[in-house]
Formats: sequence, structure tokens, C-alpha cells
Amino acid sequence: MFQVFTDLASWLVYDVLGFSPEQGFAAALHFFIEDTSKIFCLLAVMIYVIGFIRASLDVERVRDYLAGKNRFLGYVLGASFGSITPFCSCSSIPVFLGFTSAGIPLGITMAFLITSPLINEVAVLLLAGLLGWKFTTLYITVGISIGVLGGLFLDAIGAQRWLQPFVAKALEKGQAGLPTEVNQSSPLSARQRHQFAKQETSVIFQRVWKWVFIGVGLGAALHGFVPDGWIENHLGGGQWWSVPAAVLVGIPLYSNATGVIPVMESLIVNGLPIGTTLAFCMSTVAASFPEFVLLKQVMRWPLLVTLFAVLLTAFTLVGWLFNFIPTL
Amino acid sequence: MKTFKVLGSGCKSCQTLATMIEHEASRRGVEYELVKVTQPQDIMAYGVMKTPAAVLDGQVIHKGSVPSKEAVERWFD
Repeated sequence: MFQVFTDLASWLVYDVLGFSPEQGFAAALHFFIEDTSKIFCLLAVMIYVIGFIRASLDVERVRDYLAGKNRFLGYVLGASFGSITPFCSCSSIPVFLGFTSAGIPLGITMAFLITSPLINEVAVLLLAGLLGWKFTTLYITVGISIGVLGGLFLDAIGAQRWLQPFVAKALEKGQAGLPTEVNQSSPLSARQRHQFAKQETSVIFQRVWKWVFIGVGLGAALHGFVPDGWIENHLGGGQWWSVPAAVLVGIPLYSNATGVIPVMESLIVNGLPIGTTLAFCMSTVAASFPEFVLLKQVMRWPLLVTLFAVLLTAFTLVGWLFNFIPTL
Repeated sequence: MKTFKVLGSGCKSCQTLATMIEHEASRRGVEYELVKVTQPQDIMAYGVMKTPAAVLDGQVIHKGSVPSKEAVERWFD
């Protein structure tokens, strides 16, 4: 299905421009053209389709739905909704507060917020297109599990005592069962869905196109200029320390899933073990300082530090786990 | 005089929304007041979960996106 993009790149690089496949530069250029053309096509088609389907799903409905749910199921649902509900990262604080004041337990809200940057439709598409469905399923399962377990853990240690006082008060009020307003929205017509999908496609495109270029550019550089076998020889054995190291390297790097997935592809092709790659990429996407600075408005330091530690531990464990399961 | 509030943490879309309101007001030459609400606590008080949002004379009139130009024009009618 994706062969056409490989052919396009080969034709441009080797036939039109006349480079030889042995040159590092040509390999990098080939990778760059193949991946950018593939990614942009996938994005345009799929974001529209997904937008059309999920036009009626929004954070307010999810909140109303989660508010009445059984606690244990809540974590799983929270994490699952986190992966499919669209919202801009600049809305994460209002979303956090909206959930909290509806009386939803902190752990379930956090399951939602942890999963949200890790999994989204763009990430899933890119993974499936670049690394195949098996890896994609694995990635989704791991992402949701981290959300669920992270949420469970935060509730188990009573992390809500570390919320900022006004948030804690709102949570208490919500759990006391004071009525929160429920949104009544009417079903959407096909026309409205089309409008939403169209707008969604253009907004996401504007937001991610530069990440695609940066991500694929880095991936291409790795591909063409890091000597063959270097990564494999130095890090290919899945040495235990390489996983925490990858997580640490990922923290100051801040990117969204769109930018990091092409790099992921390149790392895996170059022989970096799958666990190390996952650890690095999840850390880049989900553990970022700008996000934590924002969260400071609603959480006190102990909670922020705990959350950070939970994430880093989770990514490290994921890395080790997948490095030691050799069949993947 | 109309009083507008733009709710949002100060991200780019919130800026855009504020500029659209200012622009439309000065195009019509009407007097208005524009307040930017950036504190999470204050945004929560309006029951808004999706920013940017716009409040006109105490009522939430828009939330979750940068509105269309026509929508902003209607707020002044």
C-alpha cells in the first residue's frame, strides 16, 4: 500500500537527480522524501475521516460520562478517552479543573491527561504507516496501561492532598454531589460533521507540519550519516543502563508525537532495541518542562514531583520490559 | 457599552480571539471593554473547559476555538 511513496522517492533521488544509493546523502534524502510524502498523505486523508466520526465527542461529554462511573472502570475509561478526545494542550488546565470540579477522582483525571499526549490519532496513523500495525497495537496498549496504572497509583497514595487548595475544595464540592451543569448538545448533521472535520484537518495540519519536517529531517540524518551498525554495535545489546539514559535524554527534548515518530522509525531501523526506543520517545512526548510549569497552577510541588517520578519510572520499566521480551 | 472577557491561559488562539474582538470594535467605532482572564481559578468560575472562550456581559458566548469572523461580528449586533 505504501510502496508508491518508496517508488516516488527512488525515482526522484536516483533517476531525476542521479544520485547513487550508496551515498549517505542520497539515502538521507530518499528517507526524507519517502516519509514526508507518506506522512502528509496519510494525515490529510485520515484526520478528515477521524474528525468526521468523532465530531460529537468532546471533553465536556467525556466529563459528564466519567462523572457517574464506577471507580475501577473509570481508570480504564479515563485513559481510553484520553487517547481519542481532541483538545489542545493549552486547554489541559481548564480540562483538569472541569473534571475535578465534577467530582471525578484525581487518578482518573490523571489517567486521562497522561494518555492524552502519548496517544492521538496522528500518532497512531504515523506508527501504523511507518512501523506497522503490530507495533502500533503495542504502543497503544502500553500508553493506556501507563495512564491506568499511573492514575491508580496516585489515588492509592492519596495524591489529592497535594492539590492547590482551591482545586481540592472544588473536588470536595464535586464529590459531595452538588449538581454540575450538564451540557445538552443535539446530534450533529453530516454537514456539521464535514465542517468540523474540515476545520480539524486544517488546524492539525498547521500545527504539525513543521514537526513532520523536523522529525523526518532528524530521522533522515540518523539514517544517512550515522555509520551503519554504530547504534547496533553500541546500544543494540539492550544494556540495562541504556533505557534510563534514553528516558533522561528525552526529558529536555520536547516534541509532540508527530515529530518523534519518524525519529523512532529511524532508530529502530538502525538497530536500537525497541524498548529503549519506546522509552526515549514516550519521555520526549509526555514529560516536558513547559507542561509541568502549567500544572503548577493546580498542583503543589509534592504532586508534581510524584507525577514526574511516576512517568519516568513507567517509561523505564516499559523500556526494560520490551528489551527483555525478545520475540517482538 | 459591551464588556468582553477572553478566557484562556494566554496561548496563541486566545491572543487571536482578543485581537479579533478589538479589530471588530474599532471597525465599528464602538466603545467596549476587553478583559483577559488568565487565572485558572477565574476560568473555572465560568464553567469553561475549553479555551479560548469569550464572555459577553457575563454570559459565555463561545468556547473551545477561534471563532469565525462572522460570529465575532454578530456579537456586536
